[in-house]
Amino acid sequence: MTESGTAAAPPAPTAKRRRWSAGLIWLVPVVAALIGIGMVIQNWASEGPVIEMSFITAEGLEAGKTQVKYKDVVIGLVESIRLAGDNTHVIARVNLGKDASGFATADARFWVVRPRFGTSGVSGIGTLLSGAYIGADIGESHEVKKIFVGLERPPAVIHGSPGKRFTLVANDIGSLDVGSPVYYRRIQVGRLVSYELDKEGRQMHVDIFVDAPYDRFVNVSSRFWNASGVDLNLDAGGLKLNTQSLATVVAGGLAFATPPGPRDTTPASDGAQFQLFDDMQAAFAPPDGEPDYLQMRFEQSLRGLSVGSQVDFRGIVVGKVVSIRLDYDVDKHSFPLIVGVVIYPQRFGAAGEKIAQLAPRDGNDQNKRLAYLIEPMVARGLRAQARTGNLLTGQLYIALDFIPGAVKVAFDPATRPVELPTTPGSFDRLQEQLTGIVDKLDRIPLEAIGKHLDSTIARLDRTLRQVDEATLPQFNATLAGAQGTLGTAQQAIATDAPLQQNLAQTLAEMQRAARSLRALTDYLGVHPESLLRGKPVDPALREAPENDGKGNKP
Amino acid sequence: MTAAPRATELGLVGCHTCGLTCAIGQTRCPRCASHLHPRKPDSLARSWALLIAALVLYVPSNMLPVMYTSMLGRGEASTILHGVVEFWKAGSWDIALLIFIASVAVPSTKFLVLGMLLVSARRKSPWARPQRARLYRLVELIGYWSMLDVVVVALVCALVQFHLLGTAEPRAGIVFFGLVVVLTMFAAMSFDPRLIWDADDDA
Repeated sequence: MTESGTAAAPPAPTAKRRRWSAGLIWLVPVVAALIGIGMVIQNWASEGPVIEMSFITAEGLEAGKTQVKYKDVVIGLVESIRLAGDNTHVIARVNLGKDASGFATADARFWVVRPRFGTSGVSGIGTLLSGAYIGADIGESHEVKKIFVGLERPPAVIHGSPGKRFTLVANDIGSLDVGSPVYYRRIQVGRLVSYELDKEGRQMHVDIFVDAPYDRFVNVSSRFWNASGVDLNLDAGGLKLNTQSLATVVAGGLAFATPPGPRDTTPASDGAQFQLFDDMQAAFAPPDGEPDYLQMRFEQSLRGLSVGSQVDFRGIVVGKVVSIRLDYDVDKHSFPLIVGVVIYPQRFGAAGEKIAQLAPRDGNDQNKRLAYLIEPMVARGLRAQARTGNLLTGQLYIALDFIPGAVKVAFDPATRPVELPTTPGSFDRLQEQLTGIVDKLDRIPLEAIGKHLDSTIARLDRTLRQVDEATLPQFNATLAGAQGTLGTAQQAIATDAPLQQNLAQTLAEMQRAARSLRALTDYLGVHPESLLRGKPVDPALREAPENDGKGNKP
Repeated sequence: MTAAPRATELGLVGCHTCGLTCAIGQTRCPRCASHLHPRKPDSLARSWALLIAALVLYVPSNMLPVMYTSMLGRGEASTILHGVVEFWKAGSWDIALLIFIASVAVPSTKFLVLGMLLVSARRKSPWARPQRARLYRLVELIGYWSMLDVVVVALVCALVQFHLLGTAEPRAGIVFFGLVVVLTMFAAMSFDPRLIWDADDDA
């Protein structure tokens, strides 16, 4: 067997070809290895920086699934999510792509894109189905940074958007919020980017961004105002309702415009600062300048006066009420109201300037100057009055006016703050008069009158009772008597009554008598001589003259 | 030990293609004209080369995602092991086990078995020859079942195309996995099982 095994030599000629193919087959693992190494190199080459970003919550984020997108292009993937050491936030570890290494720089921003429903609109609807992703915004910095703090809401302006950023200084933010629109001639031209309180907590600094074609309309004279809500105006021209858009009614917004008239229209530079006014009127009003503070003491109730109420001088609003305090006067045991007002001298216009020139320019003491200016005016009757501005609502305003015949008061120029004497307002006078009338009414002795009336009524009652008890029965008897009398009368005049018959007989007798008389007169008319001679005997008439003679004798 | 004579001892050589028994001096089979070798040429070297290539490619096939699935807009690329873990976590341990066996256990076993066969054949070890021969047949048999993964990915990607609702796309890993399977099959084919018994000559 062993011998025969060595005898397998004959097929030697094929050895050449075998070697060639043997060498060829080793190409397969080499190629495989090359592919493998190629993959590793490619993987290594496409590996970008690994960064970490913290969020308040990892809602919607999933390790290995959530993508990082910039302009909807995937630039990375969330590798892992873990809680921060103090459990206050989560830290997402993100694998950025190689070409996205520019996002690992100091001013890059990251935020979670989720569906958001806000007053200023709806965003991130696409993520309802696909799940949240991390939005990214690149910055300009080249400084490498690996740890970021994620924004809790999308930034209003993405880096590189054409336009300008401006800062507005406001007293309060109103109903504005990040993303609130900025309008120019009712077109939305930008939005609110951010806001922050200054260090003293006195003013808001509101950052806005105005998009490119419109940013040139923001010039150095532009005025910004808060266009939130509805502006309702009732004046001689009727009722006016002004809003920028329906959205601003709900969500608030800003507007800007250049006041009419010749203005400097140089476009404002990026980052310029403006004041944010409460409304368009305030924005277009001439600047107020530094206010002066005055104090007034009212003895009557100031119901209807509130902080912010107008201070009016001959119909021009020159200031506003800033404080209303109750005080106690120990001497008079009264409760006067101390009203603090600010007056804007610039609102007096030319008058203010002229008056200001009268004041001595010696010191910086504003109060002293004010007292100096006001003293002669008080002497001439300058008083403050709380007047009714609106009869329906009973709102009051403070009117400064020269009251003719005002009671002289002592003005102490040394009082700080400067105190302006007051006089009761027209409404108060009306009230006083009414009080007088009521007093007079009060003085009428209603009680005594009532007592008298009471006794009178009692007497009347007694009288009536007397009438009832004594007079009436007699009256009844009288009436009965009268009735009897009347019955008798009635009997007397009845047709078959003897009186009536007698009367008829008498009448008939009289008739006959009258006839005889007529016959006599007729006879006498014919025979007047018979008066003297008597009647001639006439056998025809013998009977008749006997009758006549009897009747005429009496 | 066994008295059975070998082909070389009898001066015979079997044709690899048609199985005709030829005289040992001939270079080509008189029936089908294929080359005649007493043993597969360079069997061990070829097997080794293919096995090593398969082993090299096995690394990226497991590292790279094999399939990208996107459901309702949120996509995810998963590797083989990732898929196994996902199924296991989801409670489908049976499917997880199936994928694990088909994709991980079988290829690994093949590498080990082929490596062991090649080493023992090179050493002409007399150890457990019938079992090794059976093992080889087993490896040949299960070889193509490893293509299960590739078939599943191909099927899913072809069927799940609902655009926004859900899509599935193959990823590079599955190509490497397919190459691994093909290469191990070639490696197994290149190995001549008769080499297991050849050690007798030296013994």
